[in-house]
Amino acid sequence: MPLLPIALSVFRESVRDKVFYNLLLFAVILVAASLLVGQTTAGQDVKIIKDLGLAATSLFGIFIAVFVGINLVWKEVERRSVYNVLSKPVRRPALVVGKYLGLSLTLLVNVSVMALALYAVLAYMNQGFPESVRQAWDAPALDPALLIAFVLILAQLLMMTAVALFFSTFSSPMLSAVFTFGLYVAGHFNADLKNFETIVSLRPVVWVARALYYVLPNLASLDVKSQVVHGQPVAAGYVSLSLLYAAVYIVMLLGAASLIFARRDLK
Amino acid sequence: MHAIETENLTKDYALGFWRKRPYRALDRLTLQVSPGEVFGFLGPNGAGKTTTLKLLMQLVFPTAGRAEILDRPVGDVEVRRRIGYLPENPYFYDHLTAEELLRYYGRLFGLDRATRRQRAGELLDEVGLGAERRLALRRYSKGMLQRVGLAQALLNRPQVVFLDEPMSGLDPIGRRMVRDLILRLRDRGTTVFFSSHILSDAEALCSRVAILAGGRLVSSGRLTDMLAFEVKGWDLVVDGLSADALTGLGPGLIRTTTIAEGRYALELPADARPDEWMARCTALGGRVVSLNPLRETLEDFFVRQVGAHHRRTEPGSNN
Ligand SMILES: Nc1ncnc2c1ncn2[C@@H]1O[C@H](COP(=O)(O)OP(=O)(O)OP(=O)(O)O)[C@@H](O)[C@H]1O
Ligand SMILES: [Mg+2]
Repeated sequence: MPLLPIALSVFRESVRDKVFYNLLLFAVILVAASLLVGQTTAGQDVKIIKDLGLAATSLFGIFIAVFVGINLVWKEVERRSVYNVLSKPVRRPALVVGKYLGLSLTLLVNVSVMALALYAVLAYMNQGFPESVRQAWDAPALDPALLIAFVLILAQLLMMTAVALFFSTFSSPMLSAVFTFGLYVAGHFNADLKNFETIVSLRPVVWVARALYYVLPNLASLDVKSQVVHGQPVAAGYVSLSLLYAAVYIVMLLGAASLIFARRDLK
Repeated sequence: MHAIETENLTKDYALGFWRKRPYRALDRLTLQVSPGEVFGFLGPNGAGKTTTLKLLMQLVFPTAGRAEILDRPVGDVEVRRRIGYLPENPYFYDHLTAEELLRYYGRLFGLDRATRRQRAGELLDEVGLGAERRLALRRYSKGMLQRVGLAQALLNRPQVVFLDEPMSGLDPIGRRMVRDLILRLRDRGTTVFFSSHILSDAEALCSRVAILAGGRLVSSGRLTDMLAFEVKGWDLVVDGLSADALTGLGPGLIRTTTIAEGRYALELPADARPDEWMARCTALGGRVVSLNPLRETLEDFFVRQVGAHHRRTEPGSNN
């Protein structure tokens, strides 16, 4: 299968396009914030740093997922480099999936480095405060539960990558960006659609809302940032179910993207 | 067994945004190419050559008809292990070097590491790319990209190679290089199918050609059968003749072209006796530079065929 070389080529391209420079900015934000928090709140809480770190991971990640994702297939077609790839023994779905895996690898590396950076800053803060202060925190500074939040953020990003890639197989980067960001925002308010009958009683409207609920990415359910930061437990069953949901969503989107791309005239 | 076979291959492109009208880019093309042939695919701009090649690579799907390569349908991915393709004005990735590109494509063919490196090096030598091979492809000139394109088309030692205007963008040395390359491929038994506007190349390389115009096949066959090989006249170049002496040569000249001061190209009819004309020129103080028989060239034939096609089809209509 040519999946691996295609994925690695996407990864190499993101390295050469300096995608990972965002990590520098992330580190600067974290360090600056930790210094600020240390001075203003007298180390009351590490919550702010955790909040900020997780939110920034999400935000930086979504920009990479969308702006790299919408170009993945589009650029190959637009610049006609796809003619060369597809005249090799590469099926069109393999190109789509390989590209997806490549960007996923980029995001995995990006999120992992961010997680490490956040833990490093938290470790530094942790040893700067006396035991009495630490006792007052909702959760320990080096809370392993943070990893759950990171994993679910990564799952969200991988869902959005699939969305961006899906659009990129047939529409221009501009439109794809609009659609993808639209879905990202809608995905956070998705839960409201499920119980739409409590707001509107018109049947067709309720059906449309229900249909949208299943089509839109249910990102809100993958968002456990505030629970984790406040030291509330997140059930293992919930996490696995959420990951399963993300996986199914991704597989369906990649399937649809492959189908569309496999039938297209590449002219 | 055919290396390439198409039957009534047809492609309509949809034009227009709201009301799509079909536009026939290729109309019922039926063609067979035997293994080991060098086949020239000729035609004026917009004839449908690139469209045909894209159909053969399954980059676009036919409206009707079918196409096979090495007796397998073009949709069969496995057959792509045994073919190579140079697209028209090839384009690759900005961030890779030529070397990296070839190694990447080598991986897509499943070649092992050592073979990838070796073939990449050999092919880049063969197409005449030196130290530039370590430069990112975005810094390449058109002709350099064309050379990379040729190299990547040969990476898997293909049995059938499809080249869409292989000479385009190349300098005279590059064109000679491509000619030699095609001849070497032929000697190895590779089938070469190439489109071109440069008819002298087709004439020098091809065993058979097809001429396409307006999406339709106007002529195909062996060059020797297509071209009339009897002498149509003679081209005599003389030097050192004065203008007066030229008029003294007498009647019977079809055309006289002045090349330089005292140097003329004289076109003689087919039934002329060239030795007599040469004698007459020397007698008048001239010196014979060259004498060549005029035969119909592929270019004459092409112009005649394509011109006839244009007269047959109404202006503005494509079908
Ligand atoms: N994507 C497309 N959409 C609509 N029409 C197209 C498309 N591609 C090609 N055509 C039309 O199909 C016809 C054949 O084009 P094609 O590119 O096959 O010609 P060609 O023989 O390769 O010409 P050239 O020698 O200029 O490369 C042209 O009239 C062209 O306008
Ligand atoms: Mg063309």
